[in-house]
Amino acid sequence: MGGSSNRDGSCKQFLDLVPNGREWMVRDRENFGVPEDRKLELRLAPPGDWAPSENAGSRDKDDSILSLGSFPNSSKNTAAAGAKRGFVDTEGGSSGGNQNQKLSSGVSFSSPWSSPSTPHSTLQKTHQHNPAFLPFQTGPKLPALGQESAKANGAKAELLNHEKKACPAASPANASNPSHARGTSGPVVGWPPIRSFRKNIASSSSKPASESQIGAGKSVEKLPEQPAKKGLFVKINMDGVPIGRKVDLKAYDSYEKLSCAVDELFRGLLAAQKDSSTARSQKDTEERVAISGLLDGTGEYTLVYEDNEGDRMLVGDVPWEMFVSTVKRLRVLKSSELSALSLGSNKQDKLQPVCGVR
Amino acid sequence: MVTRSPYSSSLMATSFPDEVLEHVFSFVDSDRDRNAISLVCKSWYRIERFCRRRIFVGNCYAVSPAIVFRRFPEVRSVALKGKPHFADFNLVPYNWGGNVCEWIKEMAAAYPWLEELRLKRMVVTDDSLELLSRAFKNFKVLVMVSCEGFSTNGLAAIASNCRNLRELDLQENDVEDRSGQWLNCFPESYTSLVSLNIACLSGEVSFSALERLIARCPNLKNLGLNHDIPLDKLANLIRRAPQLVDLGTGSFSAEPRPQLYAKLASAFEGCKELKSLSGFWSVTPTFLPALYPVCAGLTSLNMSYAAVQCPELTKLITKCHNLQRLLVLDYIEDTGLEAVAACCKNLQELRVFPSDPFGTEQRVSLTEQGLVAISEGCQKLNSVLYFCHQMSNAALLTVARNSPNLTRFRLCIIEPRTPDYLTQEPLDTGFGAIVKFCKDLQRLSLSGLLTDRVFEYIGTHARKLEMLSVAFAGDSDMALHHILSGCKSLRKLEIRDCPFGDKAILANAAKFETMRSLWMSSCSVSLRACKMLAEKMPRLNVEVIDERGQPESRPEDCHVEKLYVYRSIAGPRSDMPEFVRTM
Repeated sequence: MGGSSNRDGSCKQFLDLVPNGREWMVRDRENFGVPEDRKLELRLAPPGDWAPSENAGSRDKDDSILSLGSFPNSSKNTAAAGAKRGFVDTEGGSSGGNQNQKLSSGVSFSSPWSSPSTPHSTLQKTHQHNPAFLPFQTGPKLPALGQESAKANGAKAELLNHEKKACPAASPANASNPSHARGTSGPVVGWPPIRSFRKNIASSSSKPASESQIGAGKSVEKLPEQPAKKGLFVKINMDGVPIGRKVDLKAYDSYEKLSCAVDELFRGLLAAQKDSSTARSQKDTEERVAISGLLDGTGEYTLVYEDNEGDRMLVGDVPWEMFVSTVKRLRVLKSSELSALSLGSNKQDKLQPVCGVR
Repeated sequence: MVTRSPYSSSLMATSFPDEVLEHVFSFVDSDRDRNAISLVCKSWYRIERFCRRRIFVGNCYAVSPAIVFRRFPEVRSVALKGKPHFADFNLVPYNWGGNVCEWIKEMAAAYPWLEELRLKRMVVTDDSLELLSRAFKNFKVLVMVSCEGFSTNGLAAIASNCRNLRELDLQENDVEDRSGQWLNCFPESYTSLVSLNIACLSGEVSFSALERLIARCPNLKNLGLNHDIPLDKLANLIRRAPQLVDLGTGSFSAEPRPQLYAKLASAFEGCKELKSLSGFWSVTPTFLPALYPVCAGLTSLNMSYAAVQCPELTKLITKCHNLQRLLVLDYIEDTGLEAVAACCKNLQELRVFPSDPFGTEQRVSLTEQGLVAISEGCQKLNSVLYFCHQMSNAALLTVARNSPNLTRFRLCIIEPRTPDYLTQEPLDTGFGAIVKFCKDLQRLSLSGLLTDRVFEYIGTHARKLEMLSVAFAGDSDMALHHILSGCKSLRKLEIRDCPFGDKAILANAAKFETMRSLWMSSCSVSLRACKMLAEKMPRLNVEVIDERGQPESRPEDCHVEKLYVYRSIAGPRSDMPEFVRTM
């Protein structure tokens, strides 16, 4: 597919696709059929370096590409669609078009080249910086918005209201867009694009070790890592509960608090588990029983951990900080089975050979 | 060169005996060139198809095994890819598909002499591995990248049965680790191992079995250990294998003991051939100087699992002045990258990963400055993956000017839609500069605040772009139209959370037959457009992925959750889970 002929070609294909060409498609043809000579030259210079005259010139050109085609309707429509995500006036009659016109004349999609000192700079500038933000303004913000000042947010909210009033037709389109729902609820799945195994590494490795730290701490084999601001999540599994949990060790500062947390994490799951295996009548009493005595061996369960050398250790022997710096994962064992296991033993003892696979 | 007329060249071609042509073809390695050869004439097609030993299938659903086997009956090496790339970031639902089972079953019958199998993003069961280990008598190479569905039991079958295995490379697979004893299944008589990478295994490894295996394989060149192998045992292992070229260490932490340090240092000193180092889980920086003797020989260093801070990291890397490939966490910081730029003049590939991708506050000082420094210092730079929190158009322009040889440029500014932090403008001109100056750019990932304008630049300038990843960018269908109508070489396009929809897709429907695949999630594509696309282009599989349930009840103009479009000569696939519909 090549050159400008391609554009025409694709338009034809497009029209072929549509048995009875509707109005918007014709407009589309206008939009996409940009003459080659009207296309923008790529300008490269550090921002703000342009001479005013050039700036103005490029801006004119920008406008030309943003208001493609010769139908007034089509140009306004494009500008509006550019500014307002999901606003695709697909079947739109002329009534929608008028409203769009109003909108685009008020908050026309300004080019990134426009100088900040243009007349309606307040509105435009906000708009210009965050055109794609607008649809997301309806709920808790993405982390992306963190840098925005509260003032800017206010301005944008105002803008959004303005838009809502101006183009009610946009609302259904937004509502049906799944990304909007997603955008309003905290972090986005799959972003930043890090593979899951890297996430694990990031969460299990706490603050990086440093030579100076090690050198300074001669008394302890490995200095407790400085309390990092972020969490230190480790896996925790419990005997008899098929589902593991993760616990943030940085959220606690003592073994007692950890013990309480373990109780909270597993009491419900354990009860549910027993519920499925035992008679229902027992459930009520079982559910109330706290998981206690995790640390001193007096309870039904005992908390053990795997340290950074792969050995299984009883929780509570070393100072808390040292524990936090060496723990790799936690396990709640049945105390009755504890004696059967040799803690801190040779790893290979615990393994079942699988060479029987034939 | 004398210019020949078409007549004389075709005469020449037919005048050679088949054997001669076959011999000549055997020197042509590239898949593309082989494909071109097969298009010259019927006799070349016939000769080429009988001497094709290696095939690459970029999408396992684009063709059926039977069609491949019919055309290429003498294949020895197969590479297959399954799920879309965004599966790496959990955007493809579990159970989507990509099971290699059918392929292996059919290859077992068609290619009993298969020697190599390379799989990427596929589901591989233990049964498949078991079958594989028995079906191919001369099986030599198994490489699995980002695969899942198997356990160490499947690996035990490979170890037990593949007597001629040279390479077992497990990269970033999700392996159920049932036992480290599978290494014991390599027969005592087995000595042919050249490459073993088990870095992705999560559990314990039988160290004694590993040690014996390494000791009896004199040709072992590549060894990737998992984090279960402690530092003192690493020293034992590499003393037994001083011929190693590529080493992935296990856990690199231990209490600082002079004795251990000396043991490690002398072990590394013996490794004269070492070119590549990786691993370094839970590193204790005190031990890093033990690597210094091998640093000068290294061409590749992967410290992207090593949580080690800038001073120690920089000290190590600047000793590696022959580095061509460097992977680090952002602990390297700008100052570290400046040092790298000054020392590593042969650097071709740089990847900087975030140490804390979800953290709200920035703990390290890694900005666009580091990237600019690298582009200034490293003239041979051609591949970049860079995660950071801030970027400017000016910086991107400088990078583009400094590094016109870039073929891969992936920039991830971690917060979506971050503008140029200096001017608060979109990063359109910055990325525009990248595509304009880097004429050979093949892969590009965009991030930051971007309008439709950047896509016009891409469509205009990125003539060789083959893969483009877009997220949270653009304003309208025009953006997508610019890409599809402009990028002549585009093969893979993946888009998420962009306001692109029906018009651009339908206007460029024919483009998708020239591409391997299109992924769009959380965009503005309607179900109706998907159906129209499928009707218009019958050789495309238009798959709509919808996990919300009851997809039939949704109206036609409802935006689809996820759309995956790919060309196929095999027709719609038969293994779709209920949340996938082919239009």
